[in-house]
Amino acid sequence: MTTITMAGALNAALRDALTEDEKVVVFGEDVGTLGGVFRVTDGLTRDFGDDRCFDTPLAESGIVGFAIGMAMSGYKPVVEMQFDAFAYPAFEQIVSHVAKLRNRTRGLLTAPMVIRIPFAGGIGGVEHHCDSSEAYYTHTPGLKVVSPSTVADAYSLMRDAIADPDPVIFLEPKRLYFSKDDIELGKTEPIGTAVVRRGGTDVTLLAYGPTVSVAMQSAEFAAEDGRSVEVIDLRSLNPFDDETVAASVRKTGRCIVIQEAQGFAGVAAEIASRVSERCFHHLHAPVLRVAGLDIPYPAPKLEHFHLPSADRVLDAMDRLQWNDAPDLSKAVTV
Amino acid sequence: MTTVEKVPATSYQQFMPADRPVQYLAPDGTGVDSAARYARPSDERLLEMYRSMVHGRRFDQQATALTKQGRLAVYPSSRGQEACQIAAALCLGEQDWMFPTYRDSMALAARGIDQVELLGMLAGYWHCGYDPAAYKVAPQCTPLATQLLHATGFAYAEAKQGRDTIALAFCGDGATSEGDFHEALNFAAVFRAPVIFLVQNNGFAISVPLARQSAAPSLSHKGVGYGIGSEQVDGNDPVAMMAVMDEAVKYVRAGKGPVVVEAHTYRMDAHTNADDATRYRKADEVEGWLARDPLSRLDSYLEGRGILTDELREQMTVSADADAAALRAGMNVEQDVDPEDLFRFVYSSPTPGLTEQRNQVAAEIAAGELS
Repeated sequence: MTTITMAGALNAALRDALTEDEKVVVFGEDVGTLGGVFRVTDGLTRDFGDDRCFDTPLAESGIVGFAIGMAMSGYKPVVEMQFDAFAYPAFEQIVSHVAKLRNRTRGLLTAPMVIRIPFAGGIGGVEHHCDSSEAYYTHTPGLKVVSPSTVADAYSLMRDAIADPDPVIFLEPKRLYFSKDDIELGKTEPIGTAVVRRGGTDVTLLAYGPTVSVAMQSAEFAAEDGRSVEVIDLRSLNPFDDETVAASVRKTGRCIVIQEAQGFAGVAAEIASRVSERCFHHLHAPVLRVAGLDIPYPAPKLEHFHLPSADRVLDAMDRLQWNDAPDLSKAVTV
Repeated sequence: MTTVEKVPATSYQQFMPADRPVQYLAPDGTGVDSAARYARPSDERLLEMYRSMVHGRRFDQQATALTKQGRLAVYPSSRGQEACQIAAALCLGEQDWMFPTYRDSMALAARGIDQVELLGMLAGYWHCGYDPAAYKVAPQCTPLATQLLHATGFAYAEAKQGRDTIALAFCGDGATSEGDFHEALNFAAVFRAPVIFLVQNNGFAISVPLARQSAAPSLSHKGVGYGIGSEQVDGNDPVAMMAVMDEAVKYVRAGKGPVVVEAHTYRMDAHTNADDATRYRKADEVEGWLARDPLSRLDSYLEGRGILTDELREQMTVSADADAAALRAGMNVEQDVDPEDLFRFVYSSPTPGLTEQRNQVAAEIAAGELS
């Protein structure tokens, strides 16, 4: 067992992939000598050479478009977008080409790659450094979208993403980069699989990336009130593990989806809808969402008003119609 | 060598844009007294080019006719741009790759792509109708300038693997305003990617004239700022076009870095059949360009050299007509479409969600709700 951070686990995954497959290349802005602004690529240029891990001109569309060409020629690019909102210049390349090349050409050309995006907030970052952009990518057929919440998953999902024949958007929760765990790095569940992090019988909390710890904390507090809470770490937003989610909600009859992103038309809305469609007859209450506010990401001193908190999750839990037997003493008679 | 080795300052300066477009032939096909720096292609290659241009023009005419008959959803004609596209196709080696736009069908036909497959996208069967790996031609790209980056990354990756492959990326004058054009030139220069950017400057981006796209001395000058070998050429002069492309290929293949070639040309027809060009350009302008038709220009030149005879001309016309007849016949055969294909290529294997939707469509078909 060694103590390792999520950033360290991602670095280890890149190292192992670079070692095992000579076609893996890592590139982006400041990923070389500096080792990335979050140090995820620390030492890779030194240890693998400037032709395996290299800095590029400062142009995100250029990075992704260049990666498409390299992938067509047989490489497996792992590119870094320095911050979530800085990935937007690459949006056209991602949506129109990365996601569609296989389909446009009936599978004759493909562009498998991993696009790493430091993701979401909670780090006191100035504007354009804390966006939750997952809905744009999950809405795009042809992309896989994953986000780890644990150090172990950061390593394993990254290895799987690099090995995957499809392009993967890899959302790295910024606030978890320096979270630590004592583990041996190895394989966890594959992409497309959700995992039950805590078993329970009364309510299911669905979370991913940075909100999993919020869900776990909420479950602890709820347990003190005698509620048994099941927490599911979704891990993979596309493909989505309907089976694991529906099995849990059919058991508990209650469900809350937690996301940091603004709620309107977000991933949690899609998930709530899927749960309702699949579990309607098992539900005691509507599926609720606890999401960020429908505002542009706030300035650092205001972000705590925006981010889903355990209190907000517990408040939502209270609204889940716990009194199955109606309290007749309060009934209005006419 | 490291990937960020500094480009020698003198390299691209061997290849700087001329003050005026390189020209070997006057509009009437007679030779001009030009100080052009590039070797004149052999008569044999020019005759081959002529043959290909005759076929290209006939193909274009047939595709336009098929559109009027409703066989194609749309067809962006490149009549008038034969010299640019065919020189580009003929100057490449078999191992090289093209990254074309939707208007480069003549280049693709000259590359040997089956005509019916080539028009598969415009006929509505699939987004790319041909096998891009087999022909070494990326799918025709409609989002402007995006494919220039693919060509750059591809060329760089091929060189990195020690392969003797160059990439030729096509774009028009309008695309030079897109950010990806600039990012591609910059990446190509920094990484010394063996890629040629051929800009067919036909004067209009749909309706918007060049003056509204750029205030640069020429579009080829845009390469200079990036440290890229650059040249401008009369794109309706087949001899000059081939001479410059030959040189560009030689330069790029020698590892000297990328090249931008601006070909000054004109699209004789509207942007597509859906557009009315009389709204944005005057008849006398079109007339003026008719007098610089690349096909008749090369015809006069080769006839003057005693290479092109009536008999040869007749043979070529017959052969091009036969191709056009085959294209007509091919396009009149309705191809089967398979709804399963909708789901087959989205991912390497369908996700559970897509499998559900595939089953739903299959059930709708089985119930006779869809056919």
